[in-house]
Amino acid sequence: MPKKPLIIIPPKNQIAPSEITSESTYLNRRQLMTSLLGGALIGGPLISHAAPSQLTDENPGGPAWLKEKLLAAKPAQPTSESITPYNHVTQYNNFYEFGTAKTDPAKTAHRLKPDPWRVSINGAVDKPGQYFLDDLLKGIDFEERIYRLRCVEAWSMVIPWVGFSLSEILKKAQPNSSAKYVAFTTLLDKEQMPEQGNRLSTINWPYQEGLRIDEAMHPLCILAVGLYGKVLPNQNGAPLRLVVPWKYGFKSIKSIVAITLMEKQPITSWNVLAPKEYGFFANVNPQVDHPRWSQAKERRLPNSLLKPNIVPTQIYNGYGEEVASLYGSLDLKKHF
Amino acid sequence: MKQFLTTSWRRIWIFALSLTPCIWLAWRIYDDDLGPEPAKTLVNTCGVWAANFLVLTLMVTPLKRFFNWRSLNTHRRMLGLFCWFYASLHFGCYVFFILGADFQSFTFELTQRPFIIASIPAWVLLTILAITSPKSIMRLCGKRWKLIHQSIYIIAVLTVLHLIWQIRASYQDAIIYGVLLLGLLALRCKRPATP
Repeated sequence: MPKKPLIIIPPKNQIAPSEITSESTYLNRRQLMTSLLGGALIGGPLISHAAPSQLTDENPGGPAWLKEKLLAAKPAQPTSESITPYNHVTQYNNFYEFGTAKTDPAKTAHRLKPDPWRVSINGAVDKPGQYFLDDLLKGIDFEERIYRLRCVEAWSMVIPWVGFSLSEILKKAQPNSSAKYVAFTTLLDKEQMPEQGNRLSTINWPYQEGLRIDEAMHPLCILAVGLYGKVLPNQNGAPLRLVVPWKYGFKSIKSIVAITLMEKQPITSWNVLAPKEYGFFANVNPQVDHPRWSQAKERRLPNSLLKPNIVPTQIYNGYGEEVASLYGSLDLKKHF
Repeated sequence: MKQFLTTSWRRIWIFALSLTPCIWLAWRIYDDDLGPEPAKTLVNTCGVWAANFLVLTLMVTPLKRFFNWRSLNTHRRMLGLFCWFYASLHFGCYVFFILGADFQSFTFELTQRPFIIASIPAWVLLTILAITSPKSIMRLCGKRWKLIHQSIYIIAVLTVLHLIWQIRASYQDAIIYGVLLLGLLALRCKRPATP
């Protein structure tokens, strides 16, 4: 697969940069960081990208090797879009293992122990194995990717992830010819993830997601380990999460412990729960409504009471130029 | 001390307590503490309090019957009016802040989403109950008043449907309010033969 440059298409209804203060501050800090990068590599404290006012948790912790690698990450191209402030990205989460309210994960995710962390890669691969995260990530360079995240609930954010293409990990395990799909599994542990012990939850734990192999190998599809240049906070899916920017957010599974290559389409949590509402593909598509709400538009967060900040939703979340070819003549209304 | 527990003082206490969720929300708006999607927080919180006041209002009669707590009846009207107040805030915030007062998307949502379809007659009925709640109108309605106000049972059923049709990651809300509201309705089916 040819490596394509990351193209970020600005939305038509652009918010004036002055309305949200984060972007300019963020970009300035990043420039500063880039210029300091040489010195910082010696192992000084992690330089924050965001303005201090946006940070409620200045130091999400994390192992030293990860912090060092994050510092060396290649910065993203500047974007004309307003980046969602750090406090909102880290305090407004759908991570049902920690509770169903958006504010629950930030409160309870401290129970998760992301270090040490083990990930197994198995199934239709020539080199299956279970790895400690630092071993798995050896030799893999990080880069920053600023992606739009479109939730199936019709809100969206713009988030500066730090990670690497999923394909780099998959290639290490050497998928064989029967590997047609990739399945992902979140940690299953009631002690660390309290909602998994709640009998009133509709989800059959552990949370599972999946991609077709060509989707998984696409260069835009990343595994993230950082956010805003810092270690990924627990509530955002530490220590390792998927980010598939052209699909609804629920595809981007968090706190991954297993990656399984399969011949058959894997079971995915929301699809099993409500197949009419959540498809396996779950590509962002303004023309296919959720049965209970419209997907034509989205609320770009943060918004305010008088400015709901509603922007039109783009097909494939605006990444159609890069990913539409994956789907050829697939009937997107049927395979939603 | 006892003077603060008379009916008129209790009325003031209950009024002030019932207003606290609203004041708390107003403070959080001022303090910019409603998160990245303030409209959603407003709508959800007002909805929860509308449901809470519906439960409280429906609890008055059983409490009166089982614990002979007659004095509670004096405050039923106020509790019912607060249910309407929070339901109206819930509805108003949804229309103005989430739909941006866009009438077109409102009519579209109205035809498409079962949980919204169920909520509209509930709010209309609540509004009728609020309008017919003053004593003067009560007298005007005569015998029909009781019948009109029994529509609170329909409102309770519609509220449960409104919650069931929104179930996503958890059955919790639907079960808690479903059990409370339907349970309170069931208590009324076993009414004693003599009034």
